[in-house]
Amino acid sequence: MSDPATLSRDARIAARLNRRYAAERRFKALGFVAVLFSALVLAFLLVTMTANALGGFQRAELRFPIDFASGAMTVDPAQLEGANAMQVLEGAGLKDVVAFAASQSLGDAGAAELPDGAWREVGEALIDDPSRLGGTFQAALPASDDLAAALRKDGQPQLRGLADQLAAQGKLVTAFDWGFLSRGDATGPQDVGIWGALKGSMLTMLVTLLLAFPIGVLAAVYLEEYAPKNRWTDIIEVSINNLAAVPSIIFGLLGLAVFLAIFPNYRSAPLIGGMTLALMTMPVIVISGRNAIKAVPPSIRDAALAVGASRVQTVFHHVLPLALPGILTGTIIGMARALGETAPLLMIGMRAFVASPPDGFTSPATVLPVQIFLWSDEIDRGFVERTSAAIIVLLLFLLVMNGLAIYLRNRFEKRW
Amino acid sequence: MSPAIPILLALALGLIGWLAARSRAWAMRKAVRAEGGELHSLPNYHGWYVGLWAVVPALAFAAVWSSLSPNLVLQQVLSDPAAQGLPAFGIQRDAILAEAQALAGGGGATGFQKGSAALVEPFRAAMHTYAVIGLIVTLVLGFAGGAFAYLRLRPHFTARTRVERAVMVGLLAASLVAILTTFGILASLLFETARFFSVVSPVDFLFGTHWGPDPMSEPSSVSGDRYGAVPLFWGTIFIGAIIAMAVAIPLGLMSAIFLTQYATPLLRKWMKPLLEILAGVPTVVYGYFAALTVAPLVRDFGHMIGVASASSESALAAGLVMGIMIIPFVSSMADDSIAAVPQAMRDGSLAMGATKSETIKKVLIPAALPGIVAGVMLAVSRAIGETMIVVMAAGATARLTANPFESMTTVTFQIVAMLTGEGSFDHPATLSAFALGMVLFLVTLALNFIALRVVKHFREAYE
Amino acid sequence: MNTLHTLDSIDPKITARNVSVYYGEKRAIDDVSIDISPKYVTAFIGPSGCGKSTFLRTLNRMNDTIAGARVEGDIALDGVDIYKSGMDVVQLRARVGMVFQKPNPFPKSIFENIAYGPRIHGLAASKTELEEIVERSLKRAGLWDEVKDRLTDSGTALSGGQQQRLCIARAIAVEPEVILMDEPCSALDPIATARIEELIDELRGNYAIVIVTHSMQQAARVSQRTAFFHLGKMVEYGKTSDIFTNPREERTKDYITGRYG
Repeated sequence: MSDPATLSRDARIAARLNRRYAAERRFKALGFVAVLFSALVLAFLLVTMTANALGGFQRAELRFPIDFASGAMTVDPAQLEGANAMQVLEGAGLKDVVAFAASQSLGDAGAAELPDGAWREVGEALIDDPSRLGGTFQAALPASDDLAAALRKDGQPQLRGLADQLAAQGKLVTAFDWGFLSRGDATGPQDVGIWGALKGSMLTMLVTLLLAFPIGVLAAVYLEEYAPKNRWTDIIEVSINNLAAVPSIIFGLLGLAVFLAIFPNYRSAPLIGGMTLALMTMPVIVISGRNAIKAVPPSIRDAALAVGASRVQTVFHHVLPLALPGILTGTIIGMARALGETAPLLMIGMRAFVASPPDGFTSPATVLPVQIFLWSDEIDRGFVERTSAAIIVLLLFLLVMNGLAIYLRNRFEKRW
Repeated sequence: MSPAIPILLALALGLIGWLAARSRAWAMRKAVRAEGGELHSLPNYHGWYVGLWAVVPALAFAAVWSSLSPNLVLQQVLSDPAAQGLPAFGIQRDAILAEAQALAGGGGATGFQKGSAALVEPFRAAMHTYAVIGLIVTLVLGFAGGAFAYLRLRPHFTARTRVERAVMVGLLAASLVAILTTFGILASLLFETARFFSVVSPVDFLFGTHWGPDPMSEPSSVSGDRYGAVPLFWGTIFIGAIIAMAVAIPLGLMSAIFLTQYATPLLRKWMKPLLEILAGVPTVVYGYFAALTVAPLVRDFGHMIGVASASSESALAAGLVMGIMIIPFVSSMADDSIAAVPQAMRDGSLAMGATKSETIKKVLIPAALPGIVAGVMLAVSRAIGETMIVVMAAGATARLTANPFESMTTVTFQIVAMLTGEGSFDHPATLSAFALGMVLFLVTLALNFIALRVVKHFREAYE
Repeated sequence: MNTLHTLDSIDPKITARNVSVYYGEKRAIDDVSIDISPKYVTAFIGPSGCGKSTFLRTLNRMNDTIAGARVEGDIALDGVDIYKSGMDVVQLRARVGMVFQKPNPFPKSIFENIAYGPRIHGLAASKTELEEIVERSLKRAGLWDEVKDRLTDSGTALSGGQQQRLCIARAIAVEPEVILMDEPCSALDPIATARIEELIDELRGNYAIVIVTHSMQQAARVSQRTAFFHLGKMVEYGKTSDIFTNPREERTKDYITGRYG
């Protein structure tokens, strides 16, 4: 190559072109790889979770017939109408009847793998339809955790032979477990359900919404429409912007030190959880609310003021309704974030083992993300699947919420 | 009796007041119009005026009462002869009281604690007494407020102005919640931190290099040399500000550049929401992903390249996943900053014959740098405050090491560990969580504050 | 249109034949043919929205950066079609420089602003050579004396008129053959405008200069050739003196006498 100094200007430019275009292509490829990487990680995460979750929505069931007609148990169907029907059945020896039928069909080794409380599911079926007492009932009851593990070629080796044998006879099958969506927490992976956590999440979210939405919207209205330009307003704005970025765990510390000090009886309660999350969600609603209000053109305000409306009337009759879709979008996004939040709720004791679904805002509860966290500690393969299934449920909820937000944004947001 | 009853009754009183005042205003309007006059305010505003007077004082009292009455109930129960047999202090006494209260309230079926049964009746009686007192006062206040307002209604009464003033007070109060929250955070952290520093010297805490609090030890025998938080600070920085940023900054920045400068509109339409999904995944899910999938891969990789100490909980696993979580955040901040650079700048460079990548590297990124740096600061503040990923994947051992394959602990992990452990609330180990929280709060506050200022100046520079 | 070829005796620098530009469905330029002389300053005048800036941007393919823009017809630089496939826009823009309506110095030092072009194109073999190029360009743009002591200051710290001369110096630094100027004085005060106009006059002869302006006085002062655009069409093209004193077309006369625009 000749000395660059002797080359003409155009030749110099041309000489470098290939190198420059190669750099251009490399740079573009790098960008594409970066985006692709994120996409692949997301896909990998979703695929592993879904693959694990498929097992989590199922349980190992022992299937065998129970012959009630032969008269081993005498119960008057009329007695099953009352509130203590289960006690009636227990008194009539339903547990033994089930155990007997199980050992008849599954053998003693198989019957031993029927958990103690499994007969209650038969009891519920009988209460649902007492006429079943007159015939043969095909029971499908959860197998013990050990047998379920053996069916997955996991856990204790000595049970695997039994599991294979029962499975070959069609007496031990893996079936979709509707109960997973309707039960509370339990100690074994075969018996757990997410309804308790889900209900806890809903109650908590309701408290959060009832507190954060009105406060957030009113604060946004004040700051955007009425606040005088002074030091106080500046402090409020700085507070809100900073609160939006404070780590969530700090809100947990606040909840612990303040809310639990005021209401010591409501430890683990959705009320306290909701209050804590409300403080976290409120800044999000204020910020999105302000943007939505800012987007309403001043001409609307002028028009309302010009016909003699007061400033309060102008805002509440005209500005707020127009800004509402934007505010709602921000609210849903903030609520979705709160729904997935775990750390602050650990701080205020929502990590306790709560077997029965909460029956109010003040009873001990857990929420879905915390439930996931609690189960994640268990190394049992069955719990891994259940945890993944709970994650899929949580992600579905978030997907629906975000989808709703996007729909609202596209459907109602006007461009002025 | 449910706490909702006084609230509902107060609201009912308000509704009655609203209706009564409105119909009275209608009647007044008819009379005034017959003489050719006009009311100052619409009848609805008279309604709201009376309604607010009926509801607000009553509700305020009900709120205060609901936080006061449990203590009053407890006082009365403790003065009951049946309470003489209680243990003087400690967990057992609290457990007995809590159970008796739960039984009295109708929750829980069986009594585990000896002695709780005897307290059920006193509890029930006391709860009833105070609930009735609360209800009566609420009703009286609601009625008195409503009546006071109702009697003030006149044709020229400025109901609208007054209602609007109340609305303004409500608006101002709502925006003060933000200040109250900030103040509450600061106050609670400061208070508990001060208690911690009365036992452990701040110097030991901030500069000590050994962290190993024992929550079960005798509080009086606690010494500062187990409360050196430097390993926690290092773990936090190493995971959140070094490993996570090493992943998030290049990937986030390049994603933003590709999506804004190169991608076809169709590709952008699909890829941007995808990044948003990545941002919407809850941290507990990332934590589980890190612990279940990434950590074993990292450990095996560590063993493969000959790091014998590679552990199944590692700084690298937590940092990598945290970095992935932060990608969308960095990307959207970079996106905003690059978009804020005027088109003229880009045109100027392209018109000189620069290629796209030269324009991006030499003009757009330098011009957007303040915004990008601020975005990275916000990302760091988010990463060091992130809790679930490190709790689930980073480990509990406080270590001063630069080996990313070893387990390492962080500030947030220790906050969770200290507050969910066995220690009593007054133990320095528990209180140390608040000191750690204070450090975390101040650092993130500083990062956010500086970053928001930089962003603001940066935006103004191009406007 | 036959008159075009006889307008100047020397070979044209740029020849445009039947050029139309579309933005999506909308036609912004309709069948324009013109020759740009290497010797003279050519002014494009016309009411706002007439397409004169759009047409200017087709000459160095800056329209490529606008999504949905499409160019039909032929534009040739020294007889080579600049829209043919395989035409390199980077090389093209190194030969056809551009100065924009609003001064757009990069947020870098004055020195770096000028050095940017020579650097990316590899025009300087050494640091001293680069410094020479910077000095020469600033001198030619008449800015050297004002900034020689503060070359490391940010380019954005200069006054508006200085910024625009900096942008002209930046364009000169890569030794283009053509300089396109898109209303270069519209954001400047009258004194700065006069300074730029002087500069354009000094640069004439070394570069083919095309200037878009909304000011007829400016066109009359700086240009030797003028094209009048209206509603996406080129209505008239000729010697500036002819256009202003003796326009052939009625519409040109109306515009020049201030009937519309």
